[in-house]
Amino acid sequence: MATIVMDDLHKVYAGGVKAVTGISLDIADGEMIVLVGPSGCGKSTLLRMVAGLETISDGTLKIGDRVVNNLEPAERDIAMVFQNYALYPHMTVFNNLAYGLRNRKFPKAEIDRRVREAAEMLEIAQFLDRKPRNLSGGQRQRVAMGRALVREPAAFLFDEPLSNLDAKLRVQMRVEIRQLQKRLKTTSLYVTHDQLEALTMADRLVVLNGGKIEQVGTPMDVFSKPASVFVAGFIGSPAMNMIDAAYLHDKGEGNALPALPQGADLIGMRPDDLLLTAPQGPHLRLSGTVALLEPAGAESHIYVMLEGNSQPITIRVQGLPTVLEGAQVDFYAALDALHPFVRETGLRVA
Amino acid sequence: MVENDRWGIFFAHLVLILGVALVVFPVYIAVIASTHPSGTFVRGVMPLLPGPNALENYRTVIFEGRSRAGTPPIGGMLWNSFVMAMAITVGKLSISILSAFAIVYFRFPFRMFFFWVIFLTLMLPVEVRIVPTFQVVADLGMLNSFAGLSIPLIASATATFLFRQFFMTVPEELMEAARVDGAGPLKFFKDILLPLSITNIAALFVIMFIYGWNQYLWPLLITTDPEYYTIVMGIQRMVTGGDSEPLWHLVMATVVLAALPPILVILFMQRLFVKGLTETEK
Repeated sequence: MATIVMDDLHKVYAGGVKAVTGISLDIADGEMIVLVGPSGCGKSTLLRMVAGLETISDGTLKIGDRVVNNLEPAERDIAMVFQNYALYPHMTVFNNLAYGLRNRKFPKAEIDRRVREAAEMLEIAQFLDRKPRNLSGGQRQRVAMGRALVREPAAFLFDEPLSNLDAKLRVQMRVEIRQLQKRLKTTSLYVTHDQLEALTMADRLVVLNGGKIEQVGTPMDVFSKPASVFVAGFIGSPAMNMIDAAYLHDKGEGNALPALPQGADLIGMRPDDLLLTAPQGPHLRLSGTVALLEPAGAESHIYVMLEGNSQPITIRVQGLPTVLEGAQVDFYAALDALHPFVRETGLRVA
Repeated sequence: MVENDRWGIFFAHLVLILGVALVVFPVYIAVIASTHPSGTFVRGVMPLLPGPNALENYRTVIFEGRSRAGTPPIGGMLWNSFVMAMAITVGKLSISILSAFAIVYFRFPFRMFFFWVIFLTLMLPVEVRIVPTFQVVADLGMLNSFAGLSIPLIASATATFLFRQFFMTVPEELMEAARVDGAGPLKFFKDILLPLSITNIAALFVIMFIYGWNQYLWPLLITTDPEYYTIVMGIQRMVTGGDSEPLWHLVMATVVLAALPPILVILFMQRLFVKGLTETEK
């Protein structure tokens, strides 16, 4: 167990491509940090730099009290779970788990104890004699976890470990990984592009874009107060609606209008925060035509076209609403549900 | 495929049977010829049925040789061929798997240049470079030695290329996982890459062994001492050596014996061989 301290990390690839540009982050002992962002945002590169699989172009990286910039992955006291599991195909599950310990010259009895303990914990004890090819995707995933577990490392590194599983299994493993991590209290760095995974698993969330940190915070912080237009659009599904403040001033109604923050020219509204009935307190009202009604089981999505606004507005409501496609509809947003941004910088106002 | 197309099935079988017959018939002739007494062939007609002298012919070939014409018993030649083929095979496999490992897993200056240089040697089989190679081997004093028989044939672009292609299909994460697990390059090679390549090695072993065993021109050129005759060139010596008519019955018995080891290698390695050529699972 250890802290991980990143200080102004940079990664420049041989071709001059800058994958990571100046990332600083302090990870507390036992914390679960999720790195999330779109493809190419540098999240995997950053994880691999921590693992030691990519060299660090600039900056310092500390795991525990040691600067590990120039240490081999094996010397960093970390364990990694790979996206495609990377199990050794010719070895039994037992040997897959034991390989790292054997290389570190652990005594045989200790290896045996740790492997069986991890296998027990992950419920793969009955597969110890099998080869990976005779396991299902979920079981392989557990073996990959087990390989990290037996090492009892200072930190776990997860590189999109669930993206090869089907949806149902993904939810199940997500819960299990989180429970396991809470029980073991091992510092963890988890990379995903799935914002739901990120929200549910993280102690703190790190949203990356273009090799830079957009926002760090608890999932609720990031969700309720996105620091930038990018974060607002990336976290939350369906994505946040964005609308010009000028348009609101022009076409909107309601008592919230004068209260809109000064300097904000772009207003974000979560689909969940848009209501079909007027709320108490200051709010604003807009009206448009229902372009599409999308029932999705417990909830429905209404896409509304506003006159003079090219993007449809998404509204999420519980159950099936009584609106009709093509009909005119009024909807409301409470003042405190508006997210004010500056278009030019992409940053949040206040 | 249409399953009930009787003419299709008939035609397919016809082609297959013709093909098999074409390959098997000469072998059959050789086996039959090796069972007849020496006088049979003087008439110029090849018999198609077995003769009475099988045991005697094989006994002569194996234990006595054609002492009158100066050909040793073939036991020694079989052994020489075996040593040469094994040396070539083991040498080719170890060198090519190591060079493929270097080319795929290490970054060093002129990496691709070296790969293409190795690849270019595909255009230079022994026959093309035989005169200069002979000169080099002669200058090094390796004529009439096992080293001379095998070393010039050991470098193999084919095997290097095949191993390279195979290594490139091994997921990179496997190497990274091994690194995290504390395995250095050689340990990764020994513990992971080698076991994964085992079917490829077996397939190449069969091909290379037969290649080595069937070497004809090179041994013919560099061995003048009967101590180092190999079986394949030995057959040639038996046919042309001496003043008399070739003793076809003994020649044929030798041919049959010379064909046995490659067949045995294929039989023993068949399971791995087929797996190596077809298996894709990793």
